[in-house]
Amino acid sequence: MADTDITSKTMDGMGPHGTKVGLLRVLGPAHVWALGVGIVLVGEYMGWNFAVGKGGAYAALIACWFAGILYSCVAMIDSEVTSTVAAAGGQYTQAKHIVGPLMAFNVGLYLVFAYTMLEAGNAITLGYLISVAADMTGATEALDQRPFIILAIMFLAWLNYRGVLATLTFNLVITAFAFCAIILLFFASAPWSEGTMLAHADLMSGQAALPYGWLGVLAAMHFGLWFYLGIEGTTQAAEEVRSPARSLPFGTLAGIMTLLIAATLTWYICVGYLPWEYLGDGVNGAVAPLFSAAQMTGSDGLILILGFGTLFATLASANGCINDASRAWFSMGRDHYLPQWFGAVHPTYRTPYRAILFLVPIALIFALGAPLDQVITFSILSGLLGYTFMPINVILFRRKWPLDTIKRGYVHPFHPIPALVLLALCSVTYFAVFLGYGTQLIAMVSFYIVVSLWFHFWRYRFVKRADQFTMPWPKPRGY
Amino acid sequence: MWPMIETGAWVLSALFALHMVWDWYKTDSTYSEDVLTSSREGEIEAMTEQHKL
Repeated sequence: MADTDITSKTMDGMGPHGTKVGLLRVLGPAHVWALGVGIVLVGEYMGWNFAVGKGGAYAALIACWFAGILYSCVAMIDSEVTSTVAAAGGQYTQAKHIVGPLMAFNVGLYLVFAYTMLEAGNAITLGYLISVAADMTGATEALDQRPFIILAIMFLAWLNYRGVLATLTFNLVITAFAFCAIILLFFASAPWSEGTMLAHADLMSGQAALPYGWLGVLAAMHFGLWFYLGIEGTTQAAEEVRSPARSLPFGTLAGIMTLLIAATLTWYICVGYLPWEYLGDGVNGAVAPLFSAAQMTGSDGLILILGFGTLFATLASANGCINDASRAWFSMGRDHYLPQWFGAVHPTYRTPYRAILFLVPIALIFALGAPLDQVITFSILSGLLGYTFMPINVILFRRKWPLDTIKRGYVHPFHPIPALVLLALCSVTYFAVFLGYGTQLIAMVSFYIVVSLWFHFWRYRFVKRADQFTMPWPKPRGY
Repeated sequence: MWPMIETGAWVLSALFALHMVWDWYKTDSTYSEDVLTSSREGEIEAMTEQHKL
């Protein structure tokens, strides 16, 4: 610490290990909220309704709340661990410090694939939304969606390249708009009024209640994740927030509360307006259920607002995904888990510019060449593998660094119950995913086994083992 | 109208891509690799929050 000079013009005032150019700490809790909720909220606007198709409206609600418990555990665990590991990379960095290099490499890849695939899925969706807008405005010929898919990825990558503050402030504005649009639709529907158009009693009785019984509830769990998938992405901002110990838990926990409200309201509004057979068909039926619900109200204003809400939610998700995938890739490069070339920071914009640029063509290949359901399934499975790591991570963290050894910004309650609940819910979700996408699940696990072997037998020799740990942590208990 | 918007989207995409690639080239040719890859994790954290109870 004695060599540190925070007024130095050459060392950037950043610390004892020789950082000349690093990421900028300019974000606050609202940006953390915008990053987490921004990635997820598109799941409220489209995608979650496949759960209705799997098991009916009640099954979707049960899946929504069970997935809500799963993600509340994720948010609490992440908030505690990340408040002490204030570095880019999120769960990758946590795994590196707490579990070990092989787990860290795998978790880093889960993150990069989950976010890059989700970004590609969002770009495909955005192209589709533009084509719907063209149809609604009387376009005579079928629209070419490719320029809009490419423009979305290029514009957001450019924004990310130019600086994190503008990127996440943009996310804050469009995410807040998309969330307020859901609230507005709920109040405009006036469920407390006798004249309301919501028809829950008619649409959810008899055969419609649980059309496929309890097996349908289990199958719906797969798509219940859609309501919250990505909230764990808040941890990627750890190296760019002004006060990590305060902002990260605050932003993450506010984010999961926002999503619990948005998810429940979305379910309530949509099942009250749309019959379950139509709502559950996300391909030929309700592609964007909140927008379809707005159309049912007959209000042009609401249709316009929910239309922009859908568009903004899609953009916000892709934007947050670029931010998170690039931070994970950058961190792995910085630690030599990947070529160090990726660990570069732009000296003017202070962003991981090479990681951002490298992931652009990968997102484009998947957005232009792969079907949406496969892209999204790849993303969900990578996310699920990441959630399975979290309970192991927090149990080891508490064991190696008990509460009296490292100061936490947030201590999650009832440990180890959230970890065990998370593990149990992950197991149920694996089974649910296996029912629908067993081949993809096996293919993906095989892929991660192959790359783990590559890392263990080849890549790990390039990792400078002492260099990767610069946190001022005490030695773990027992070492 | 939509064919023009399509063309506009192609042009804007190309401009964003060219700007990033040009800036990437300029940055890499101006600064040394040692400077660009000097970032180490948690360095500000090391100065401001020392995890003392």
